Amino acid sequence: MTQSESPGHTLIVKDLHATVGGKEILKGVNLTLKTGELVALMGPNGSGKSTLAYALAGHPKYTITSGEAHLDGIDLLKLSPDKRARAGLFLGFQYPVEVSGVSLSKFLWTSFTQTRKAEDVDTDLFQQNLDQHLSSLGLDPAFMKRPLNEGLSGGEKKRTEVLQMATLDPRFAILDEPDSGLDIDAVKQVGETVQKLRSPTRGMLVITHYQRILKYARPDRVYVMVDGMVALSGGRELAEELESKGYDWVKVGAASSKPGTASPASHA
Amino acid sequence: MAQNAAEITPLDYTRYDFKDPETYKVRTPKGLSRDIIRQISALKHEPAWMLDYRLRAYEHFLERPMPDWGPDLSDLDFDAYTFYANPLAEGDTKKRWEDLPADIKNTFDRLGIPKAERDYFAGVGAQYDSGTVYHKIREDLSKKGVIFCDTDTALREHSDILRKYFGKIVPYNDNKFSALNSAVWSGGSFVYSPPGVDAGIPLQASFRINAKAVGQFERTLIIADKGAKVHYIEGCTAPIYSENSLHAAVVEVIAEADARIRYTTVQNWSKNVYNLVTKRAHAYENSLVEWVDGNMGSKVTMKYPSVYLKGRGARGDMLSVAFASEGQIIDSGAKAVHSAPDTSSKIIGKSIAIRGGRTSYRGLLHIARGATGSKSAVRCDALLPDAVSRSDTYPYNEVHEYEDVTISHEAVVGKIGEEQIFYLMSRGLNESDAIHLILMGFLAEFAKELPVDYALELNRLIQMEMTGAVG
Repeated sequence: MTQSESPGHTLIVKDLHATVGGKEILKGVNLTLKTGELVALMGPNGSGKSTLAYALAGHPKYTITSGEAHLDGIDLLKLSPDKRARAGLFLGFQYPVEVSGVSLSKFLWTSFTQTRKAEDVDTDLFQQNLDQHLSSLGLDPAFMKRPLNEGLSGGEKKRTEVLQMATLDPRFAILDEPDSGLDIDAVKQVGETVQKLRSPTRGMLVITHYQRILKYARPDRVYVMVDGMVALSGGRELAEELESKGYDWVKVGAASSKPGTASPASHA
Repeated sequence: MAQNAAEITPLDYTRYDFKDPETYKVRTPKGLSRDIIRQISALKHEPAWMLDYRLRAYEHFLERPMPDWGPDLSDLDFDAYTFYANPLAEGDTKKRWEDLPADIKNTFDRLGIPKAERDYFAGVGAQYDSGTVYHKIREDLSKKGVIFCDTDTALREHSDILRKYFGKIVPYNDNKFSALNSAVWSGGSFVYSPPGVDAGIPLQASFRINAKAVGQFERTLIIADKGAKVHYIEGCTAPIYSENSLHAAVVEVIAEADARIRYTTVQNWSKNVYNLVTKRAHAYENSLVEWVDGNMGSKVTMKYPSVYLKGRGARGDMLSVAFASEGQIIDSGAKAVHSAPDTSSKIIGKSIAIRGGRTSYRGLLHIARGATGSKSAVRCDALLPDAVSRSDTYPYNEVHEYEDVTISHEAVVGKIGEEQIFYLMSRGLNESDAIHLILMGFLAEFAKELPVDYALELNRLIQMEMTGAVG
C-alpha cells in the first residue's frame, strides 16, 4: 500500500467551549483537519485562535467546559499534554519557551524517542532528516548545541519550531503564528518550508493573522475565527479577500450573510 | 501541574547507605578534652609544635562562641561525638586496595573509587572516619616531583613545605570550626606541584564517614608552585544514622604566581551530617584558582569557599551549587577578597530547594584600597519548584577602591514555570521527565565541570528525586 492509498486520519473539533480564568474564550469551535491537508486558521486578535491551539494541546490554564476533540478515535481532551503529543499532535508555539542548559539537540532527541515506539527510533534517519531540515531552514548545525530557545532571535525561534515539527514528523501539527514578527525573507523561508513539509501522512493547521505566509504555504482551506467561533470557511481566495477587506465585515456578516465563496463553517 | 514537583519522593540514598561493623584499631572516648588531643597527637608521633598548635586551637575553640548567624546549630552536642576513630593503626595507609580489610575495601568498591582511579585519576586518596586507609599517586607524576599524600604523612615527610603554609591561609582562630579542626585534625590531602609541573589529570580524594556519631576533621593543603597546575576532586558520603555526625574540614590552597588550581567538590553526605567547612585560597600574581563546589547532601552545610587575590592579575572563579530537599539547610556561597590591582573574580551561585529544603547564598565581595582595576561579577540563580521550600540571598559588598573597578551583581529566583513544563510536555515528555530536564539544564554549568562518572551520578540523583512524582 502506498502512502496516498493509506487510510486518512482526522482531527475533529466539535462545539468546543473553553474558559481562561472563568472567562469564556472558545464559544463552540467546529473544525476538521485531515492528513494530507494544509489548512489556515485566520482571524482578528483576540478571536481565540491561539486559545484553540493551547486548549487542543492541553495547556492547564485552559478549562474545557464542553465539546469534543478527537484524533481519529482518540479523545484528546482526556489526555495529558505529553500523551496528546504521543497520539500524534504537535503544537508549534508562537512564543517558544526558553530552557537554560538544555541543548536543542538533547531536547529534540528526547522528544523524538518519546513520541514513537522503540522499534521506530532510527538514529541514522533522525540525523539525516535533521540535517536536511536544518539546511532547508537555513540553520547552522551548530545551532543544535545551543540551549533551547535561549538568546535566539524571533526568527530563529520560529524556524526552530518548524524544525522540530519537521523532525518529529507528527500526524497533526498546529503552528501558532509561525510568521509573526518575521521579516519578509524569513516569512518566505518558513512558508516555503511548511509548504515543502506537506505530506499525505500529515495534516497541518497554520494559525496566522496575515495572508502573506499563505502565499508560500498554500492552504487547501481557510477557516476564519471570530469571537470564539469559526465564523467562516472557504478556499485559499478567502485569505486574499480578508487581506484586502480586513476582518470587520466578517464580524458583522458572519451570522447572516455569506460574502464571496465563504460559508459559515457550522454548516460546512 | 508544577505543584507536583512538591510530591517528588525523597532521595533514594540506598547506594551510599550501608554500614561496616565498627571495628576500630583506635577510638578515643566520646567528647573532647586536652587529654584526647594529646592522645591524638601522640598516636601520630607529631612534633611538639603541632601538639602546641592543636592545644592553642582547642583553647580558642572553647572560648569562641557559636556563630550568631546562619543555620540553627543548637542541636550540635560536642560531647556526643567521637573525635578520632581509625580502622587501621595510625600511619598504616595502604598503597594497594587488596591490603585493606575486606569490608573497607568493599565500601570503596561500592563507591566506585578503585574503578574511577583506573579510569580517570592520576592519584587517589581514601579516608575512612579519621584514618587515611589508602593513598597512591601515579609514578609518572611522582617522578616529576608532584607530592600527593595524606596530611599526616606530609607532616612526617614534607614538614618543611607543610609548616610554611599550614594554618597560614586559614588560621585556627578564623572561626569556631576552624579552631575545632585545628585541634583534632586527622587525614586530609596534601598536594604539592613543583614549579612548572602540570598535574593536569585530576587527583581524587574520597571521604567516608562510617561510624555512628563520629566526627571527621580532615585537613587539606594544596600548593601549586610557580606556573604549576593542579586539579583536585573530592567526594563525600556516609551511611544514614538517626544520630548526627559532624564533618568540619579545613582546606588551604595556595596558587603561586602563574599557577592554576581547580578544586572540585561533590558533597553528598547523608542527611544526618553537619557539614561545617572552611575553604580558602591565596592566589598570587596572574594565578587562577577555581572552586567548583557542589553540595547535594548533609543536614546542614555552612561553606563559603574563598579566594584572596593577593597578586596583580590574579583570578578567582567560584561556582557554588546547592540542592536542598526535605530536612536540609544548605548555607553556601563564596568570598572574593581583592587586595591587589587588576584582579578579577567571578562567582556563580546556583541553588535548587525542593520539598521544604532551604538554600541560602551568602557571599562576600571585598575590594581593598589599592586594588585598582579590579573586576568582579556575581550571579545567583535559585530555582524553587514548589511553594514549601525557601531560598535566600545574603550578598555583602565591601568596596574601598573605586578607580577603574567594575562590579556586577545579579540575583534571580525562579519557579519552574508552568509554561516550561507545558512546552516540554507538548513535545511528548512526561511531567517528571520534563522537570528533570529543566533541573539538569539549570545545573548544566556545574555538571559539565565534573568527570563523566560524577556527572552521571548527579543526573541519577536528580532523576531519583523525580521518581514517582507523577503517575
